Parts: sequence; structure tokens; C-alpha cells
Amino acid sequence: MNPVTLYNNDIFTNVPVEAPVERNFYPYADNGGTSLGIAGADFCLMASDTRKSSGYSIHSRYSPKAFKLTEKAVLATNGFAADGLALTKRLGQKLEWYKHAHDKEMSTPALAQMLANTLYYKRFFPYYTFNLLGGIDEQGRGVLYSFDPVGSMGTEVCRAGGSSAALIQPFLDNQVALKNQQGVQQTPLSLEAAIRITKDSFTSATERDIYTGDYLEIFIIRQEGTTIERIDLKKD
Amino acid sequence: MNQFSLNFDRENYHEKPKNDIFADAITRTQQPIVTGTSVLAFKYKDGIMLAADTLASYGSLARFTNIQRLYPVGDFTIIAASGDISDFQYVQHLLDTVMVEEYYTNDGHVLRTQNIYEYLSRVMYGRRSRFNPLWNSYVVGGYNDGEKFLGYVDLLGTTYQSSTIATGFGGYLAQPILRKAVEGREDTLTETEAIEIMNSCMKVLYYRDARSFNKFQRAKITAEGVEISGPYKAETQWDFAEGLRGYGP
Repeated sequence: MNPVTLYNNDIFTNVPVEAPVERNFYPYADNGGTSLGIAGADFCLMASDTRKSSGYSIHSRYSPKAFKLTEKAVLATNGFAADGLALTKRLGQKLEWYKHAHDKEMSTPALAQMLANTLYYKRFFPYYTFNLLGGIDEQGRGVLYSFDPVGSMGTEVCRAGGSSAALIQPFLDNQVALKNQQGVQQTPLSLEAAIRITKDSFTSATERDIYTGDYLEIFIIRQEGTTIERIDLKKD
Repeated sequence: MNQFSLNFDRENYHEKPKNDIFADAITRTQQPIVTGTSVLAFKYKDGIMLAADTLASYGSLARFTNIQRLYPVGDFTIIAASGDISDFQYVQHLLDTVMVEEYYTNDGHVLRTQNIYEYLSRVMYGRRSRFNPLWNSYVVGGYNDGEKFLGYVDLLGTTYQSSTIATGFGGYLAQPILRKAVEGREDTLTETEAIEIMNSCMKVLYYRDARSFNKFQRAKITAEGVEISGPYKAETQWDFAEGLRGYGP
């Protein structure tokens, strides 16, 4: 019996009644995984691994968490996969409505704002997802946005999210944003360099982070269209 | 028949107690009561194979020993459940209702495995979002038009598809064996080999999972449709126990 005991105040006094017990159903899980985005001058690169885990168990080796939302934007979700999927579905539906209402696809900056609103709408029962939205804007420039679970939005040049964020972000700061380097000239990052940095980031993260591995999907979003490349990561 | 224990000493004990603070409460599954243990499933050459034992436990008590946890939905889909049995029975009812509604629509369409899986996963996610979860892990297997389908969904609405799936204790004990035996051989494993793999995994589970039972059913979904067979027994060997000091006679 619960240590807290209530007594009823009637003739049958001292009849013990169990106090209401709060049992915790925790509606969230952490499904691990890592995502990364790099915004270039005329492209945006979005990458995610495809492992889905829970605790020490690997659920699936191929369960993508990066999704092409429009021809010019890719969303990478991290955190609780079920929320990530529900959020992606909801955005897909809103984009469909937008297309029918305005006879055009939503621009990436507008989509970013819509994502922030969609997340904030559930401020008191949040989608437990850490999102990265990357793509190209209406001028064809690479853009990248990052979000916290309740909709705070930031514009980025490079950002790592998910279980290996802390491993990868300093590397990106140094190699993409050229932080803490002396005497470097700021030249725009080439796509080849971005892909190389991405592959190095994920192979390294896979070595140290048990939640990252199996496969890597790299989306490259350009004016001409979006391509996807699938690469093997270690499966241990 | 009322058995409100608060009222046993009253004359009108059959009436609802006035001081029952829970009388008008909303009830929710906050913990599973009668439960089933692991479900195993994997892809093989001809389709999908699943297995589950027939035990429904009440805590550590082996309460019901002849409960079917593999359930066909339509002509080429099977769902298998671990977790709360009453929630599973509710889901069976729910899916049956959906299948009947789809049937009398009579538009020439039948729900395929993917549709049933999507429906079930939305129900599961919806219930968790209302803080009233269905306390189960489901495996959905199917075979439509030469295409194999194997998916998982649980009480949090977590979903994934994989060539091998194991719920509960099976995730720790059987999944590594299944991955080694099946991954990369989904299109070559014969039925005989699949049965062999399944039986040995069920045996491992029976040896080590204290909530398991040595009576299980297998199901296969192939081009011929669904077939649930059994019950089978895993051949186990216990006489070594007699040689253990302090255990034998």
C-alpha cells in the first residue's frame, strides 16, 4: 500500500483508502541518431544516419529520419522518432494545402517559419525532436535552419544535431566556419569539401557513438534539384 | 456482483460506496496486467514467418496457458502482440471492425498490410498522445503481390521496419541470433531453414525468459496466404540439472 493513507471522515472512520498513485507513463523515447547540415553558396547539404535505437538495442539499421519535404528543402529530425514522423506527416499535409491554396510550392524560409510555428503550437506537449531544415531560398542560395523542440529557430551555416552533435559540431565550426584558425581567407566552401567533411564527421562519430551507424544518407539540394547518396557506415 | 472492499462491513454493500473517491474516475492502462512475452518474426524466401508462445501471464503467475497471440487480419496479414492481452483483444476488435467496414464499402479494394500497419501505428501514437496507451508491442507481417512486409509498432507509437523483429526479451536473446541467421539471406532462406531458426530461437527464449512457455505457435504468410500452425514444443534438455551440486536429489 502507498505510504500515504487517507482516512474518510464519516461513520466508517479510519477506513484506510489508498491515496491516488501516480504511475509514470513517459510518452517519449530517445531513438538516437545524428544529423548534419551545411549551407553553401549555391547548395545545401543535409545528412543523417539511418540507425534507430532504444537503450542498448538497435531496432532497425535502415529507418531514415531525413525527409525531402519540397523540391528545395530537406528536414532532418532527431530525438523521439515517432514524434519526428508525426511532425513530418503534418508538415507534408500543410505543404499540400499550401500548394492547392497558392498554386506554388512553399519557399524554404517560409517553411522554416511554419515549422517553428508548428513546434510552438505544441509548446506544452512538445514534439521531442531536434530539427534541422536545409534547402535553397528563392534566390538559389543555400540556407540552413535549426530548431529546438519548442520552436526556437536559428539560421546557421553549419550545424550538427542528435546524439553525436557534441562530437561533430566543434569539428564543423573549425572546418566549415573556419573558427579558431589564424590567417585563413574566407573562401566559399565547395560542395566536394562539404561532402568530404560530412563523411569524415559521420565515420568518426560512428566510432565513438553507439547510436550512430549503419548507413549515411546525404541529400544535396541545388537549384537543379535534390540528389541523395547512400553510404555504408560501420554496423557494430 | 459488487465487491467493493470498502463496504464489506455494511448492510448495503452491493451499492456503490459514497466515499469512493475513484468512483467517477477515468480509467487508463497505466501498467499491463495479463501479459504475453516475446514475439519473433523475420523475412525468408517465401514470405514472413512469425512465432509467439501461448502463455498469458498474470505478473509471475502463468495464468492462461492457451492464448493465441498471432492474429490474422484479412487474407495476407498477421499481427502478433506482446504486452497487455486485454489491450490486444481490443485491437483485434478494432481491426475487425475496420476490415468489415472496408468490406461492405464493396469498392473492390482490400486493406493491404501496409495500410493495416499504418492504421495500427496511428492508433498507437494517438493513444500515447492522449496519455492512455495501449500497452503492447506489435509485429505486423504480410505478403502482397510478391512483396514482403514486416513492421513493428509499440505503445509509444515508435515504428520501424526490418528484416528481423523481436519484441520484449526476444530483443535481447533472439534478435542477435536472428540477425546472424537472416540478414542478407532474406530471399534465399527456405521454409525448412526458417522453421529451424525459429524453433531454436524459441528454445533459447524458453530456457532463459522466465515469463515464456514451452508451447508456441508459428505463422507464415506466403503467396498462398496466411497459415497459423501448432502448437509446437521446443525440445529442451534439463537432466544436466541433476548433476548440479545442491540442485539434484
